Formats: sequence, structure tokens, C-alpha cells
Amino acid sequence: MTALGKLLRTTAFQLTLVYLVVFALFAAFLLGYFAFNTRRLINEQIVGIVDTELQLLQVQYNQAGIRRLVGIVDVRSRRPGSSLYLVTTPTGEGLAGNVGSLEPGILESEGWVETAYRRLEEPESAEHNALVRVSRLPGGIRILVGRDLDERERMFHIVALAGRWSVAIVIVLGIVGGVFVSRRVLKRVDAMTDTAQTIMAGDLSGRLSVIGSGDEFDRLALNLNGMLERIESLMRGLKEVTDNVAHDLKTPLTRLRNRCEAALRSANTAADYRRVMEETIEESDGLIRTFDALLMIARAESGEVRDGMAEFDVAEVARDVGELYEPLAEDRGLTLEVEAKQCAAVKGNRELVSQALANLVDNAIKYAAPAAKETSGAVNGERSGIVVKADAERDRVVLTVSDRGPGIPPGDRSRVIDRFVRLEQSRSLPGSGLGLSLVSAVARLHGGELKLEDNAPGLRARISLPRVAMPPQQAA
Amino acid sequence: MSNASPVDSCASGAYLVRSMRLLIIEDDRDAADYLVKAFREVGHVADHAADGEEGLALALDGGYDVLIVDRMLPKLDGLAVIGRLRAKHVTSPALILSALGAVDDRVRGLRAGGDDYLPKPYSFSELLARVEVLARRHVGRGEETQYRVADLELDRLSHRVVRGREEILLQPREFRLLEYLMKHAGQVVTRTMLLENVWDYHFDPQTNVIDVHISRLRSKIDKGFAQPLLHTVRGAGYMIRDGAR
Repeated sequence: MTALGKLLRTTAFQLTLVYLVVFALFAAFLLGYFAFNTRRLINEQIVGIVDTELQLLQVQYNQAGIRRLVGIVDVRSRRPGSSLYLVTTPTGEGLAGNVGSLEPGILESEGWVETAYRRLEEPESAEHNALVRVSRLPGGIRILVGRDLDERERMFHIVALAGRWSVAIVIVLGIVGGVFVSRRVLKRVDAMTDTAQTIMAGDLSGRLSVIGSGDEFDRLALNLNGMLERIESLMRGLKEVTDNVAHDLKTPLTRLRNRCEAALRSANTAADYRRVMEETIEESDGLIRTFDALLMIARAESGEVRDGMAEFDVAEVARDVGELYEPLAEDRGLTLEVEAKQCAAVKGNRELVSQALANLVDNAIKYAAPAAKETSGAVNGERSGIVVKADAERDRVVLTVSDRGPGIPPGDRSRVIDRFVRLEQSRSLPGSGLGLSLVSAVARLHGGELKLEDNAPGLRARISLPRVAMPPQQAA
Repeated sequence: MSNASPVDSCASGAYLVRSMRLLIIEDDRDAADYLVKAFREVGHVADHAADGEEGLALALDGGYDVLIVDRMLPKLDGLAVIGRLRAKHVTSPALILSALGAVDDRVRGLRAGGDDYLPKPYSFSELLARVEVLARRHVGRGEETQYRVADLELDRLSHRVVRGREEILLQPREFRLLEYLMKHAGQVVTRTMLLENVWDYHFDPQTNVIDVHISRLRSKIDKGFAQPLLHTVRGAGYMIRDGAR
């Protein structure tokens, strides 16, 4: 597209054109109205003058006769800028006046008429227009008084000229203004387009320039920059995750491969092969679990599950999950208590919140159990129990899982929420390092957060979620 | 997810109730061949269709006990196949296999007329257990008010469980666990099936919590009796059965 073509196609230019047409029409209408009224006004003036003179002449004639009339007309005819006068006998011979010729038949018609005329002293070729009135006096004398229309025509010409000029000026100014405005707009839009193109080409760090004028382009640029910021951080996160995934999936895959290779090399009996196969299946199940957890986190983070959200009672979830894990806790020498009496309604995905809570309880059992074994189930004289609590505060619902395990050092508490982070001391225990990431993602999906606190001793994991005012229909 | 190879006949084949006719609609030839072979090894007959249209045509001919339908198929999507079958009143139970394992995807599958849903990758023992349960449900058994296995009796109306002459007191959840196992007596029930049907959870708890619940239940119904009824099927799940038969 040529530069001019681009200019002509801008919204700014097209808007200017529309305004231009509107203004030109408006100016034309205004001048037309003005011309029409001026013409009427001049006509009225002429009519007024002619009527007065005619009346005066009639009075003079009636009082003093034809001689006097002729005398007055002669005098008046000679004044500069005089009206038109013609006095004739009943047969049409001129007695006095300054009219040389008229259109034929004018004298026969009484009343107002427009006619072309020539003054007495003027050459044959001169011709003007006049508005005249013919009156028949007693005795058959006819008298014509009229007024030249040149003034009216001149006025009309002036107005028409002004009209043409003003329309021309509006058009020129409009086009110049339109080009100027659209060039300015184009320049900024072109700059934005260029930046957008470099960003599309892969340089996500590019930003649109903000002039600081606070106009709509600045606001647009600011918003787009905010959007780019978000996209860039998401991409960074994604890259990090991909790297982590690659690393954390490659490790077990390598193990898996090595084991099969070793079996091919050294296994002799069917039983050996069988054992390796079983281990391989177990390892791949672990990989699948990791994958599932990753996908689940991704889904929770993308907010994709938001459609299927409904209200449910978190206290009920706490009781159900507690019930699911209680035998396991007992099996590991721990007690598990659930304190969730009051109904605490939350809008969200029940399944995901259940899974998040299950992850926390599972962690609590996993890490507190060895500690419980060492101290034979008692810390400072009390049984090392796990407490699952669901509390409804004014506008929050808080789910806590507290244990008496080793806890997490304050410096590591925010780090362990990241994907695949496992602390040194927990490397020996099974786990993918994704459990807390999922809990955190689920909490954030519901507009809440996960906090890890000191339970002195032990860990207290706290999920707070926004509370829904209306309690669910039934609280079991 | 539990581990078992299709040839592990002690996991499933030994408890076979009767031979089933299955239709596998799956476009991945390797996966389909594996399934056909595996089902044949445990005594079932399996046909294979490689795309949705072929699968629909075969299924309309009828005579299948269970349909195993992949979610994404060439020509006709798995859910559409099931939808058309249901529209033509073909009621053969259908199990949907899908690589999209998400919760709402499962709901969509079941809403479209599927009877069960299994995310990929799955273990064959899990698939087999679910297919057998589906086949039996289709025959129309299982909604009785009383279940009985050997001398163990469960009354669904009065919520009473009796073994021999002794009444056994169970927690509500233990009752539902036993109820589900007895409803499918003689069939393998996997841990995932228990989680889904007894607890209504569709996620995978990291530690095997179900095992502990089962051992609690076992201590209540089997302890002190000469003949155990609640068996662990290695690599697959659990089964209640009358060992004497």
C-alpha cells in the first residue's frame, strides 16, 4: 500500500472528509439563507420607495394638474441615483421622465412588474433591470415609477462569491487538517505496528512507546504493555516448567531404561525378568502420576475448570478427607482429628479442593510418621496428632492441616510450593515434589492462597478461600 | 494405577465368570492389537474397529456385551458414536478411553451416554475389572436388597451385616465399601473403582489409603473365621468371593 493510500484509508482522514462535507453543506445553506433574505429585504425597500414616490406624484397631480407633475418628474429625473420615471399621455406619448425604452406592453399593465429598461441618456446597448409600478391617473395619464435592481444583483453576486470562497476554504482547510491529523495518528499506529511485529517475530521483551501525553494512544500502549508483561512472565514460567519437567521426567526415564538394559545383560531366570518388569511398571506408574499432577496443576492454573464451579461445604470436605485418611494415620502411629463443625460454604470445584486437602493430609502423615516413630508417638507428652480444621471466618474459609513432624525451615517455606522442589531431608521419602504446587494452584484458582506456618513444632498448612455468604442447601 | 501384565492370568482370568464379546473401537493399531490379544488371553472375544464409522456399524449389528470406545477417533468422534448408538436404542454398556483425563472431560463422556470412563494410560487389569463389572451390570443383576457371599450377609435396607450368626458392626463408609464389594462378588474391584464409587473421588491419593480401609474391613469380617472372603488380587485389586466354590 502506498503512503498516500494508507493515509486516505485512515479512520482519521475519512472522519475529516465526513466533517468537511457536513461543514460545506452548512456554510452553503447559511449563505443561501442570507442571500434569500437580503433579496427579500431589498425588494421590500424598493417597493416602499416606489410606493411613496408614486403616492406623492399622484397627490401633486390631483392638486396641481399635469404641468406640475411634469415639472416635478423632470426635476427628480435629473437627480443622480434617481428612480425611474415616465409620464405618458393616454395614447402613450412620453411627457416627462428619464426612461429611454422599456419592454413592450409594460405601460398597459397596471401594478408591479420587473422589466428590462434603458435610460434616456444611455446608449442603445445598455440594459438594466428594474422593478416598476404603473399607475393610471384621472384623465388617462399614465405614470410609471421604478427602481433599478442593480443593487440587488450586486448584493447577490457578493453573497455568491463569498459562498464559493468559504466552501473552497473549508475544503482546503479540511483536507490539510485531515492529512495532518491522520498523519499524526498514522505515525503512532505505525510505530505500534512495528513494535508488535518485532514482538511477533519472537522478541517478547519489546514494549510500545508511551509519550506521556495521557491520550488514548498512551492508554492503549500502557494496557498493551501490561498484557505483554503478563505474557512474558507466563512464557518465562512455562519455560521454567518445561525445563523442570524435562529434568524430572528424564531422571526416572533414565532409571527405567537402565534397569531394562541391565536385565537384558544379566538376568538369567524368568523370575529375574519378571521382577524387572514389575519394577518397570511401577516406575512408569510413578511417571504417569507425575504427568497427571502436572496436567492437573496446569488446568488449575489456566482457570479452565472455572466453568464447573458450584457451592459446597468445605467442612464436609474436611470430614470426608479426614475419614479417608484416618485409618492410614492410625496405621502409622498417628492420630488424625477433624475439627469441622460449622458449615463453611465456598464456590468452587469440590473435587480439586478435596484433592488439595488430601495432598496436605498425605504430606502430614508422610513427614510426621517417622518423627512419631522415633518418639514412640509422643512429643512433649502429647500424642503426635494431625489436626484437620475447617473454620469459617467472616469472609474467608480457612482449612488448616497441622502436624508434629519436622516442619519446614522458614527460608524454604515459599520455595517448596514451586514445582519439583524437594528438600534434602525429604529426598528419601516417596513423592514427586508436585503436591504443594497443586495445593497452591487450587487455592489460587479459587481466589485464595496457601500459607505454610510454624506449628512449633511441626508444620501448619493453611488454605484460605473466599467464603460464600449463602450456605449450601444441606450441610450433612 | 496398579500393575499387571495381560498374561498374568492369576490376576483376572481365573475368576472369569463367563466369556464376553467385546468391541474395541480404537484407531491406534498397536494399542488395539494389544487389547484384542490381552482379552483373548483371559478368555473373552474381542473385535476391533479402527474408526468411528466402522465401529458404529459393528456396534449396530449388536451382540456385544461391552463397547470399549476411544474418545478421539477418525471419521466419527467416540462420544458421537455412543450418542448415535443410544439414539438407536442400543444399550450395550460403553467404556470410554481417553487421553484427556480431566474431571469435566469424564463428566462429558458419561453425559454423552458412556457408562464408565478410564483415562489413558491405563493398566489392563483396571480395564478388565471395569469391563467385567459393566457386562454384569448390563445383564441386570446387582440391585437386590440383600447380598450374600458364603455365610456373610448384607442387608441394604436395614444396614445390617451378619456373618454366620454374629452381627458385625460397621462404620457407614465401611458398610458402603462392603456393599460395593459384595455387589460385585466374584469380580475384581480395583482401588480406583473403590475410590470412585465408595468415596466419589476421581483423583489418585498419593499413598494407598484404600489398602488400610480394606484391612480394617477385613479384620471385621474375616477375623476369627476359618474361611477368608475378602481377597487381595495381586496387581489388580480386591475381590469378595466364596472360597469354597
